[in-house]
Amino acid sequence: METARRRRLAWAGLALVAAALAVLPFALASAFGLAWVRVVNLALLYVMLALGLNIVVGFAGLLDLGYIAFYAVGAYCYALLSSPQFGVHLPFWITLPTGFLLAAFFGVLLGAPTLKLRGDYLAIVTLGFGEIIRIFLNNLNAPVNITNGPQGVNLIDPLRLGGFSLASRGSFLGFDFGGPQKYYYALLAITLGIVALNLRLQDSRIGRAWEAIREDETAAKAMGINTRNIKLLAFAMGASFGGLAGGLFASIQGFISPESFGLLESVTVLAMVVLGGMGNIPGVILGAVLLTAVPEVIRYTVVPAQQAMFGRVLVDAEALRMLLFGLALILVMVLRPAGLWPATVRKREFAR
Amino acid sequence: MDILLQQLINGVTLGSVYALVALGYTMVYGIIGLINFAHGELVMVGALTALSVIAALLRLGLGLPPAAMMLIALLAALPVCMLLAYAMERVAYRPLRRAPRLAPLITAIGVSIVLQNVAMLVWGRSYFSFPPILSVTNYDVAGATITDLQILIVLLSAALMAGLLLIVHRTRLGLAMRATAENLGVAALMGVDANRIIVAAFLLGSALAAVAGLMVSAYYGIAHYYMGFLLGLKAFTAAVLGGIGNIGGAMLGGLLLGVIESLGAGYIGDLTGGFLGSNYQDVFAFMVLVVVLTIRPSGLLGERVSERA
Amino acid sequence: MAAVRVGSILILACAIAGLAACGDDKKAAGAKGGATVTIGIAAPLTGPQSHIGKDLENAVRLAAEDANAAKVVVGGKPVHFEVQAEDDQADPKMAPVVAQKLADARVAAVVGHFNSGTTIPASRIYNDAGIPQISPSATNPKYTEQGFKTAFRVVANDNQQGKVVGEYIARELKSKALAIIDDRTAYGQGVADVVERSAKAAGANVVAREFTTDRSTDFKAILTKIKGTRPDVIFFGGIDTQAGPMLQQMRGLGIEAQFVGADGIQSTELFKLGGNAVEGTLASFPGLPLERMPQGASFGERYRKKWNQDVVLYAPQGYDAFNVFVEAMKRAGSTDPAKFLPEVAKTDYNGITGPIRFDEKGDLKDGPITIFKAVGGKWQALATIGGPSQGQGAKAAEKN
Repeated sequence: METARRRRLAWAGLALVAAALAVLPFALASAFGLAWVRVVNLALLYVMLALGLNIVVGFAGLLDLGYIAFYAVGAYCYALLSSPQFGVHLPFWITLPTGFLLAAFFGVLLGAPTLKLRGDYLAIVTLGFGEIIRIFLNNLNAPVNITNGPQGVNLIDPLRLGGFSLASRGSFLGFDFGGPQKYYYALLAITLGIVALNLRLQDSRIGRAWEAIREDETAAKAMGINTRNIKLLAFAMGASFGGLAGGLFASIQGFISPESFGLLESVTVLAMVVLGGMGNIPGVILGAVLLTAVPEVIRYTVVPAQQAMFGRVLVDAEALRMLLFGLALILVMVLRPAGLWPATVRKREFAR
Repeated sequence: MDILLQQLINGVTLGSVYALVALGYTMVYGIIGLINFAHGELVMVGALTALSVIAALLRLGLGLPPAAMMLIALLAALPVCMLLAYAMERVAYRPLRRAPRLAPLITAIGVSIVLQNVAMLVWGRSYFSFPPILSVTNYDVAGATITDLQILIVLLSAALMAGLLLIVHRTRLGLAMRATAENLGVAALMGVDANRIIVAAFLLGSALAAVAGLMVSAYYGIAHYYMGFLLGLKAFTAAVLGGIGNIGGAMLGGLLLGVIESLGAGYIGDLTGGFLGSNYQDVFAFMVLVVVLTIRPSGLLGERVSERA
Repeated sequence: MAAVRVGSILILACAIAGLAACGDDKKAAGAKGGATVTIGIAAPLTGPQSHIGKDLENAVRLAAEDANAAKVVVGGKPVHFEVQAEDDQADPKMAPVVAQKLADARVAAVVGHFNSGTTIPASRIYNDAGIPQISPSATNPKYTEQGFKTAFRVVANDNQQGKVVGEYIARELKSKALAIIDDRTAYGQGVADVVERSAKAAGANVVAREFTTDRSTDFKAILTKIKGTRPDVIFFGGIDTQAGPMLQQMRGLGIEAQFVGADGIQSTELFKLGGNAVEGTLASFPGLPLERMPQGASFGERYRKKWNQDVVLYAPQGYDAFNVFVEAMKRAGSTDPAKFLPEVAKTDYNGITGPIRFDEKGDLKDGPITIFKAVGGKWQALATIGGPSQGQGAKAAEKN
């Protein structure tokens, strides 16, 4: 009795969520403007990134401070294959998977020398790796111009299928159906796919192997788990999702430059994973959405609010945004070190 | 070849700066195993406080000699940094002492961001230049130039390291620190007040940061709210290179990193036949780190710790 | 359970948003010929370059005030001008966000951005929205090479600026050993590359090409390397926040070469950042010095009276950009961007910076380049090259 009712409620809930997600872009666009649809798209990209990092940090317990490098690899891979940079314009069903695989390769490249390193040393090496990638991207424009250096790559093709481009404007049932809205649906579909994949991974043998390594590597080894391969797999899989997100990012923005892929970005993604609830997929999604949406809301409201309250702007939006971000990190860690929505296992681990 | 000496001088001075900051990282890590990401921000606060004090003294027109002004500035910066470090420890780190690695790391990053932005609000966003109170004399040494400021920095960090080693190995406080670093629980059983010792480590580290801040802003002539980030990162790399937790390692790592960066920037073009240039100098430093850590996973002078569970 | 809660909250939020949309007609006014016209200004209002960004905002606000005081009439109706200032933090990631915000607010036109690295990504958004954009300062040539009908600038671009500087170094300074440093940003590297090319073409010998970043403070390593090549001129593609310490460290190492930079270092801040070492430095600027501009002195006075500080760098260009829009609106008889955009391209306006006309790409025609020298803590104009008074092709230099 109970179970059947709960199951029906669960389905109803899911249906509501699905309906809400389906009309979200139109509601946002009419009420608050197209900019907010872009914010939602950005949030979806970050959800993908956070889920990818979650595999490395949350599932396998490997501290990665340079994750954004894989995002950069995927973005540049897509950009170089679909822009005037080399005059090559391959379709997205070639460039996106290429970015996916290339990022995975770099993930293995990062993982290989770091297998023996302990937590803090791993952190600094991954950080260094992230910086190395960014510096190379910023400088590979001489003697051979590969990445166009600090000027970045411009006029990147959007996702296209035949004549239908995701960037063009159009209308649908009387509503404005422009680029951001179309991208929203594409991103949503891909994100849902990644979520499903992650859920399956978590319950699979690989997922359990990761959990074992995270909890106690020596014991895991003793149980016969090939820790080296499993760790490399974690890096590769996590990196590959980052690469996919990067390719999508390049196609949406139309312009990328090395400045978008710095340490602060890596830290932000890590914060999303940790604040949301490391290792717990819904938690990580929540973390990503919150840390993308809240700063935007702050940016839009903080100046008018201060004008209304004090008659002038005491603290500008950017400073306040970063200040609150930092405070949020401290507060959440001190008050709820397991994250906002942790897995039950983690909750017990952090109980004081 | 005649620039080799100059590059070495640059490198050793730069390295001494890194070492000064790295000492602070290593002190804290040695005792509670925490990477205090906000340490670079302590240096920044020290620098900006000192700068403000000197600027104020100049405005008062007291006509003090530069050395006196620097000393007063240092005496003003020290309590500010130490207070901040104490607050950091009590508010952000102490509650997380038993939590696994990741939590205090994230908190430290949070503290670092908060400090940067508070500094930005207090001191503004523009770059501040160090008032031209120091008359720097150049000495010619075999074709290379060395300034008295550079000599001062090198000697100062060597002296501070020696002093720190003295404290750690010859005093009761140091003994307590080493005991706490070894095993907090047992040290507590032996009567060591772990909280006090940890606070002492933070205070010492932040004092070093204040000195480093004054020196860095005097040497480079500028200070601004974002300077702590890159400096902290490099110093942290230096500390890890030398073996984090080890005081001699911090000094060694700092000097090594400074020299590598200087020589790297200078010679990387020649070494690679013009393919790579000085734009890759940061990469150089990180690659050295990766290589060193692959061969010696605990850093150059780090202890060989068996893999704990 | 949780899903039901989340779902219902989301649906409720969407419903509210939908209702809000129905009752919201703020968006309808604005550019569509109403009495109030908003012009956007996008620049770094925070961060290390905020002094330059704020300068631009001040200029645009002053221009709006002047326009309102003059009771401008467009298409038979009096128009009131508002300014919406947005902060792009000189960050290429932030630029499209800010651009979208301005586009959503249906501004009639945008003065912005300041850096090339932000102007270029933002221009895409303005182009998609059909909003005319004039940059008062972005010098990277790519900005107008994208083929956007909405992209204009009121300064010379780096191809022109770098060419003039490179040739000046080779011919006037008669450099035999030129060392070049750039800060690896879109701007710095762009202008340094052009300088290198044109200096070589004019006969100079480039002995070193070194790099730094826009966050560094220690340049000793590369300066030492350069010292080994014994240069007589060092060119730096970058901005004042690096140039200042770089100059100090140069003199500290005993390098006595002539230091030359582009518009990024030609600011009043440089003297604070570099102290005595700045003396004698040369810098180019893609425009005329304030005192040489037709109405420069009076603008400087009015600016100082209103904002209590001197013009920092690009205020005159920002002021003129605003007025180019106003003039175009007047000629088209409409404040609708779709209608006055073609008029912007046909501008033939005498601003405080001089005559403004655009070529088919949106670049300023006959943009003059001035070489300044740092003398006694201030910038002194040394020579002006190009510009409409000199005529096409002639490169006569007006010595001071």
